[in-house]
Amino acid sequence: MDNFWPIVIEAAIKSVFIIFVLATGFAYMTFAERRVAALLQTRLGPNRVGPFGLLQPLADAIKLIFKEELIPGGADKVIFLLAPVITVIPALVILAVVPWGPTAPIHCCQVTIPGLNITLGGAYFTIQSGLGLADVNVGLLYILSVASIAVYGVVLAGWSSDNKYAMLGGIRSSAQMVSYELALGLSVVGPIMLAQSMSMVDIVNAQSRVWFVVYQPVGALIFYLATLAEVNRAPFDMPEAEQELTAGYHTEYSGMKFSLFFMAEYIKMIGVSAIFATLFLGGWRGPMAEQVPLLGMAYFFAKIAASLFFMIWLRSTHPRLRYDRLMALGWKVLLPLALANVVVTAAALIDTTLFAIVVGALVLIGVVALAAYAWRRRASAGGRAAVAQSPAT
Amino acid sequence: MSLANIAAGSSPPRDQAGVLDELRGRFGDDAGTVQPTGDGIPTLWVSPDSLQQVMRYLKTEIERPYRMLFDLTAIDERLRANRQGQPDSDFTVVYHLLSFERNADLRLKVGLKGDYPSLPTMTDLWPAANWYEREVWDMFGLTFDGHPRLKRILLPPTWQGHPLRKEHPARATEMGPFQLPEDKEAREQEALLFHPEEWGLKRHGDDEDFMFLNLGPQHPGTHGVLRIVLQLDGEEIVDAVPDIGYHHRGAEKMGERQSWHTYIPYTDRVDYLGGVMNNLAYLLSVEKLAGIEVPDRAQVIRIMLAEFFRIASHLVWYGTFAQDVGALSPVFYMFTDRERVFSVIEAVCGARMHPNWFRIGGVVEDLPNGWQTLVADFIKYFPPRLAEYDKLVMQNAILKARTQGIGGCSLDQAVEWGLTGPNLRACGFEWDFRKKRPYSGYDQFEFDIPTAQGGDCYGRAVVRVEEMRQSLRIIEQCLKNMPPGPYKSDHPLATPPRKERTMHDIETLITHFLGVAWGPVIPPGEALVSIEATKGINGYYLVSDGSTWPYRVRIRTPSFPHLQVIALLSRGFMIPDLLAILGSLDYVLADVDR
Repeated sequence: MDNFWPIVIEAAIKSVFIIFVLATGFAYMTFAERRVAALLQTRLGPNRVGPFGLLQPLADAIKLIFKEELIPGGADKVIFLLAPVITVIPALVILAVVPWGPTAPIHCCQVTIPGLNITLGGAYFTIQSGLGLADVNVGLLYILSVASIAVYGVVLAGWSSDNKYAMLGGIRSSAQMVSYELALGLSVVGPIMLAQSMSMVDIVNAQSRVWFVVYQPVGALIFYLATLAEVNRAPFDMPEAEQELTAGYHTEYSGMKFSLFFMAEYIKMIGVSAIFATLFLGGWRGPMAEQVPLLGMAYFFAKIAASLFFMIWLRSTHPRLRYDRLMALGWKVLLPLALANVVVTAAALIDTTLFAIVVGALVLIGVVALAAYAWRRRASAGGRAAVAQSPAT
Repeated sequence: MSLANIAAGSSPPRDQAGVLDELRGRFGDDAGTVQPTGDGIPTLWVSPDSLQQVMRYLKTEIERPYRMLFDLTAIDERLRANRQGQPDSDFTVVYHLLSFERNADLRLKVGLKGDYPSLPTMTDLWPAANWYEREVWDMFGLTFDGHPRLKRILLPPTWQGHPLRKEHPARATEMGPFQLPEDKEAREQEALLFHPEEWGLKRHGDDEDFMFLNLGPQHPGTHGVLRIVLQLDGEEIVDAVPDIGYHHRGAEKMGERQSWHTYIPYTDRVDYLGGVMNNLAYLLSVEKLAGIEVPDRAQVIRIMLAEFFRIASHLVWYGTFAQDVGALSPVFYMFTDRERVFSVIEAVCGARMHPNWFRIGGVVEDLPNGWQTLVADFIKYFPPRLAEYDKLVMQNAILKARTQGIGGCSLDQAVEWGLTGPNLRACGFEWDFRKKRPYSGYDQFEFDIPTAQGGDCYGRAVVRVEEMRQSLRIIEQCLKNMPPGPYKSDHPLATPPRKERTMHDIETLITHFLGVAWGPVIPPGEALVSIEATKGINGYYLVSDGSTWPYRVRIRTPSFPHLQVIALLSRGFMIPDLLAILGSLDYVLADVDR
């Protein structure tokens, strides 16, 4: 039990740091989204508060704190209050297992806590510590399981609001998140097999020579699309589709409760970007990163920022998919593709000949499936044309 | 001849009056009496008993039938002077029919006696008659026997009286102070409760319970105060009932207390995206009544501005349509371009959305110096932008998936329900009044009428996008061939009269004084002139009894039937599709409710 307190304190300090980074990141993510979208839309965006509008998130926070908190009369109050909390906590803890940089020397000094009679370490000392909260050997499993908790928050918010728009949003998101979790889960199997480990630290270390996105382009694409659906980002922002459902599951929320949902969405964006960078873009790896740990962190943040920018860009460019087509995409395209990807990866890891055979077989299956699909589509299109020509009703 | 042949071939010769002989041949003297009118539309008074027979004959049996119920309205005749030998009646219900094969209109009138008379419904013959008859009931208190759901449509269900009756006050100050005693408040509250049965909706199906969703009147996707009551099975739309009237301002009633001249700015606000296009429809009717010939230069100025407004209106539609299917950026680009259009319009008219620029007999002023540069700049600026939007919006795979095959209707259905404009042309039917009945000198211009196949959301979009290019062509021809000459007619009824000679002879001075102080006195008669407005065919049916103000102003707007068809288009689709359909129909609620 000697080193119990040092570990707890180290973890606490790191946790505070991560939450601080995420909370600030969330605030400036909203700012970045508005400014970047404005740039893409020939507008200015918020530029009044502070230099370049940099204090805008602060102003927003103050505004939201002082807003009236409304609870609809017919709402289930306990669940209504609980839902934003359930949504935001998984978003905050999901990054616990992601390494932020290489192992780095951390300089400490002795601290004595009066009354407890505990002494931490010597006078001055240095410990080697990974730049990350925890290196769990089932890190990826942890991420998948924590991520799937978030759906409860959205569903409960939609259900407890006593509002049909909110309920439709909640139903849509439960179906969407559950469906896309399958493709998401299968798309990360590739990196796991390549790294022979579920630990995020090991996965990053396995990419010391080549990023996994090179070996796993399909997996990376599926992962990215599925995470977009998981965090309800355009073009998969069905649950809160403004033009259809006014604001979806958070229609009835106001003030800080609303901002918690907002916070969860943006923090999850940062989170999935970090995971994407870790799994496929080499995490913190980059030139000179091992020698200068802070540089590794900078690389990591740069990769996250690139992914976030891409999300904003996508949102500004594309319309929204229709809900049933989104489900079709998840179940009929992404899931089979992810399965095939797993099979191909496994074959490639075992033997080159096997790899060739599997790829050949899959291509054959794919061609047959596509042909059958095209044939059915043409048949149904003909049927539709016939309906259109039917006499007036 | 079928409609498709008209679309493909040249336009058939106009045959307005032939139908009267055919009717007399079929019905003999029962056909009714013919009334001469100034606008050349054959007008026939039919008795209420033979109405349905005549209508059925005209729609289904006659060769080259009258397929479209273009308009249905009524006139309160009780105070009308100068009836010019028309049959006696207290109320007259007026049906305007449109035949594509003949390229002709037909006006049927039914004279009714009594305070609250009734007549048979036309809803079994034309589904589009449903809303029109409800409006007549709402406004005049005339009952249509056999109507499936004769309820108020534009006014709230608790409204007392029927506003377009002459005894109903036109101003709030004539109505006495507003009071809300408790029992009235309770009645109003009661009227707000939702009972599906009253909307013709079912609560339960064979093996499912339906959910009712109240979309609007405050909803980001409805483009204004429109309410749609949805009967849902999951997210699938089983039935949709639009509820309109939230934007009703009584534009037709206002017409009855404005002079012919001072009513012009009110028309601007009817289709508030169409600007001068509304002025044009109204003024063409007035000019037809007054017999005014508009000089060439004024006509070309009118056409140029009208086409600018067509582009401005279509740009608003383009952006909001993209936004309705979830694309966030295009609307900003299109509004930026609309500002360009407005900067030209502003330079000419001094106003942007509501220019109030056309006058009886011409336009307010000549074009400003340097207008050519502005117009030429825009002509150069706009086509590359359109090309870029094609890539961004029209060729976007997600947008195509969201709109192709969604909310389609057949050509027959479109005609049946009274669709006009781009929504009709999207069904592959080339019907545009600018070509078929060139008004204001459109026959002097070279342009094409775009059409699309399938009549779905994407088809409607394709038509509008191409129409912007064609409008630009027309504007370019206006720029190159602007004729010299006066910008206003020197007809004595042109208002305000041309001022040059007022200080030289007393006749002109007096005319000027009267025309400005009282407004022009338009000769008695009635006229309907329809134009191809931004959203479809817009027509003003004006009745004058020889006074300084209209006796009756009827505004036939394209958006009204376009909204009525929502249920037909959206049944079986999902909520997101409904939003795409609403976006693609391109309506303006002020244009629906007037």
